[in-house]
Amino acid sequence: MANTYTLIASNTVGSGGSATMAFTSIPSTYTDLKIVISARTNAAEYRSVPVLYFNADTTGANYSYRLVYGISSTAGSASGTGTGGGFFFYVNGASTTASTFSNVEIYIPNYAGSTAKSISNDGAAETNDGTNNGLALNASLWSGTAAITTATISFAAGLFVEYSTAYLYGIKNS
Amino acid sequence: MPTKLIINCETGEQTEVELTADEIAQREADAIAYEKQRLADEELAAEKATNRQSAIAKLSGLGLSADEVAALLN
Repeated sequence: MANTYTLIASNTVGSGGSATMAFTSIPSTYTDLKIVISARTNAAEYRSVPVLYFNADTTGANYSYRLVYGISSTAGSASGTGTGGGFFFYVNGASTTASTFSNVEIYIPNYAGSTAKSISNDGAAETNDGTNNGLALNASLWSGTAAITTATISFAAGLFVEYSTAYLYGIKNS
Repeated sequence: MPTKLIINCETGEQTEVELTADEIAQREADAIAYEKQRLADEELAAEKATNRQSAIAKLSGLGLSADEVAALLN
């Protein structure tokens, strides 16, 4: 059981919106990382799917995922590699109820190790309308062997709207 | 021009810069890749739904009740 849970940094989007949020110079002094996101985009859809890159590695083949999702009353699954280079979770789009934001948690154990990095994440687009909710549970792998020093969360279309936030926590095992 | 919000975890400094041409190109590539994957997932889901309905029809044709079919499929 981890006995520390330290806020390393946080990002809050300003009034102009932003296409990308990035954490740089992440220290290697923790055991695991956790990113907690509350976000909404201005893309005209119910669910937007951001991509997450590590260490500026945008080579899609270096990322793979196993995804289980639920959208309204439909459940499904998907898997693959090289799609957009990142991982799948949902963020509220502009078609959802005004002022609702998604909740996403991304856990990265052993992020400073010298092997490929496993990542798990869960996220829900909270729409408050009862029909267009989306939930995603995902297990992913980034094949990079360097310590993670940069994490970039980006939208292919649309922008993070004002008040979207991303918090980066460091967790130690001792 | 879309921007990138950067926070340096070492210094705590937060900056906002415009995306570079390479980053914009990557963004466009991501959009294409995601759309391709989304369509593939939708096609797969539709195929599964069609197969399910076909299975229900065939089981019903064999004389199974709706409850019996549901017990098998759910």
